[in-house]
Amino acid sequence: MARLRSILQAFVLLTGMVSAATAGPYEDALPKFAADSYSDTEAAIGAVAGSGHPLALKLVETLRDGRLMIAGSQVYIRDADGKSVDAATGQAAEPAAGAKAVRLNNRVRRAIEAALGGMTLLSPDAGTRLDAARAVFRSRDAAALPTLEQAIAKESDGNLKGALESARAAILLNKADAPAPEKLAAIETLRARGDQDALALLSNLPAGTPTEVTEAAAKAAEGIRSRLALWNAVQNVWYGVSLGSVLLLAAIGLSITFGTMGVINMAHGEMVMIGAYTTFIVQELIRTQAPYLFGASLFIALPLAFLVAGLIGILIERTVIRFLYGRPLETLLATWGISLILQQGVRTIFGPTNREVGTPAWMSGALEIGGLSLTYNRVAIVIFAFSVFAILLLVLRYTSLGLFVRAVTQNRRMAGSMGIRTSRIDALAFGLGSGVAGIAGVALSQIDNVSPNLGQGYIIDSFMVVVFGGVGNLWGTLVGAMTLGIANKLLEPYAGAVLGKIVLLIAIILFIQRRPRGLFALKGRAVEA
Amino acid sequence: MTKRTVLDRQSIVVLCLLAAAAILVPVLNVAVDPGSPFHLSDHLVPLLGKYISFALLALSVDLIWGFCGILSLGHGAFFALGGYAMGMYLMRQIGPRGVYADPILPDFMVFLNWKELPWFWQGFDWFPFAMLMVLLVPGILAFVFGWFAFRSRVTGVYLSIITQAMTFALMLAFFRNDMGFGGNNGLTDFKDILGFPIQSSSTRIVLFVLSVAALAGGYLLCRWVVTSKFGKVLVAVRDAESRTRFLGYRVEHYKLAVFTLSAMLAGVAGALYVPQVGIINPSEFAPANSIEIVIWVAVGGRGTLAGPIIGALLVNAGKTWFTGMLPEFWLFALGGLFVFVTLLMPRGILGAAKDFWEWARQRMRSPAAPEPVSQAAE
Repeated sequence: MARLRSILQAFVLLTGMVSAATAGPYEDALPKFAADSYSDTEAAIGAVAGSGHPLALKLVETLRDGRLMIAGSQVYIRDADGKSVDAATGQAAEPAAGAKAVRLNNRVRRAIEAALGGMTLLSPDAGTRLDAARAVFRSRDAAALPTLEQAIAKESDGNLKGALESARAAILLNKADAPAPEKLAAIETLRARGDQDALALLSNLPAGTPTEVTEAAAKAAEGIRSRLALWNAVQNVWYGVSLGSVLLLAAIGLSITFGTMGVINMAHGEMVMIGAYTTFIVQELIRTQAPYLFGASLFIALPLAFLVAGLIGILIERTVIRFLYGRPLETLLATWGISLILQQGVRTIFGPTNREVGTPAWMSGALEIGGLSLTYNRVAIVIFAFSVFAILLLVLRYTSLGLFVRAVTQNRRMAGSMGIRTSRIDALAFGLGSGVAGIAGVALSQIDNVSPNLGQGYIIDSFMVVVFGGVGNLWGTLVGAMTLGIANKLLEPYAGAVLGKIVLLIAIILFIQRRPRGLFALKGRAVEA
Repeated sequence: MTKRTVLDRQSIVVLCLLAAAAILVPVLNVAVDPGSPFHLSDHLVPLLGKYISFALLALSVDLIWGFCGILSLGHGAFFALGGYAMGMYLMRQIGPRGVYADPILPDFMVFLNWKELPWFWQGFDWFPFAMLMVLLVPGILAFVFGWFAFRSRVTGVYLSIITQAMTFALMLAFFRNDMGFGGNNGLTDFKDILGFPIQSSSTRIVLFVLSVAALAGGYLLCRWVVTSKFGKVLVAVRDAESRTRFLGYRVEHYKLAVFTLSAMLAGVAGALYVPQVGIINPSEFAPANSIEIVIWVAVGGRGTLAGPIIGALLVNAGKTWFTGMLPEFWLFALGGLFVFVTLLMPRGILGAAKDFWEWARQRMRSPAAPEPVSQAAE
């Protein structure tokens, strides 16, 4: 009986589709509603659904909600607010007194649901079709099956076809009278889909499913589970790489200053913050002066942030740090004082609240690869971090400044004896480290709150990276940052964010005991000095 | 080298001043008429008590930094642990007077739906046990931490950073609700201590006097340590660690001993701090707090035992004044203080005063035969 009715509906729909262009069936069907008999209404629904009339969808929805009014032979669509339109003309019209709603029974309701599903499944708009396919996938309503088959046959878009097929599979698995081979094929479809929803479907088969089907489903579910676990692990590693890149950006400048001068710059985090605020100012100026440049704002901010932070760094070195050589612990305290002053300075000028830094359009959105979701801003930061790393590596390797910096790092006194002006190199290295922190701030402004406390959040992590990786060695910093980032993100699902971080801190403290000079320690006599 | 005694002139001055404070503050608070300008109002007594506990904390940092060259940026952790031990005792004393009126469980545990007291809260209702923990918990942590760190010769900046990592990790841990220490609210709403209501002015005066006594005791203890042979080795480690090791001293043992002692002193300071302030929460573990302690020592004069006391009192008085009058400028002032002291007054107020004194004395005695400059006993 059910099958007969489905065929009937499909037939009605099909005929409706064919004659849609003549604009007749809709108007022809209206009086059938007025008759208010269940069988007439059902037939009318099919006719309307297939008519392609602009009011058809609205009319069927209104009918479902029990607000389709009839008065004599006139039919009115009443919306939820109580306003009515004439169903034939679409003009606003008030139904005559004594109008009543078209009655519904379960048979009519089923017809309505199927018609609604069909109207959207066969909609010319691809987005609507996708939504409908997803809705059917969730509802698993067997009434939509015939329309679904029809839609699958018509569909040319591979992506959409997949959605429709998995919707059909969902229905078949939950349909008691579907034959076992069809169900097995459905399981295959879902296994290929392989996401969380498919897993839920496969693990909740209705009672009375044949054993061969349940076995196949269990096997498929197992397969999906391990696949999901794999994607999940890959996603976590990606998060780790992304966090590692942030740490790398924040720590790499610190590594240079710590390496050459042996001093810990506690104000390093504030250089990052200054870079972020430079981005904010650049964007503000662009917003008011030249809005068309907004997409390039970050590229404009990069050199400026490097200059501003670098100059402040050189200023700090010339006025404070150079008087404290040979007293690394005092330098630590003095730079901490400077960091307090810078923080409060920014707070006084810009206020204590977060400042909004916009994201250019090309950085929003996400890249979907298999089960992975890579947001573009994270991708950009990873690429950026590695570029900065590569550039610094080249600068240190191939420029004279780099040569001098490396010489001073290895043996300050010997470098001085060879005629290198070590104090000038110190100032430049400090400026370089601070400038790199500044451009790190440009990148971090995209993923973190730009507030006076921005730098504080990174300072301890940066220290950990530098100390873990080994001082004065960029590769060490890279390995340290990536190890800590990935370890952090891999621990997170098991231990939670806070506990994972605590575990990591303790691990680093213990690691320092084993290798007090970090992973890649400088070798040589100068180290003990 | 001159023979050093525990009670030199400076120590006697310090002890006399502390004794004067212990007498004057209660007298000015209780006996002087509230209308008189010399009256000390009730809210100032616990404030001064807080400063005194900070002074003891600064003393403990000076013992390791000033005399052994160990710059700990995590001493706030030992202070806070001592404070938590005291806070746990005070929490247990609340008993059924909490909001949820549970006779055993503190309010936050009832709130978290815990059914029974965790094992590490057992025994804290007994005052002597709690006091033992005030000493033992920071002491054991310092011992374990120091045993690892000093044995593998982690020194200088690296040691400073890992002490900072330690206090940071503890802060994160104590912020967690499931740690069982009240999460970010910490421990508060204390009612009484040893049966005396904690809010009453007489209890507060007693607490103040006890804090001063503890500071005096701590001072004498440190003084005794640094004037002993042990203390001389510590100074040798500070000035030339490798040489001391080559001379046959087990440097790590000396460092470990003094580090543990210092942590216990910090724990006592924390235990005195909590009842006078009325709350302990995880922000006490913040790395910034620990760095601030170091600046108290630097301001007063590193390597002089009286200096950190002066520094802690002055900086905290300044903080109270600034945050009351010019809240935005406090960080400028504090930051400037860090830079100023490290650049221009590396020996702190006390060192600068001594230098000035020497200079003035030399000018008085015209260019005669130069005095053998006696190294200040410190």
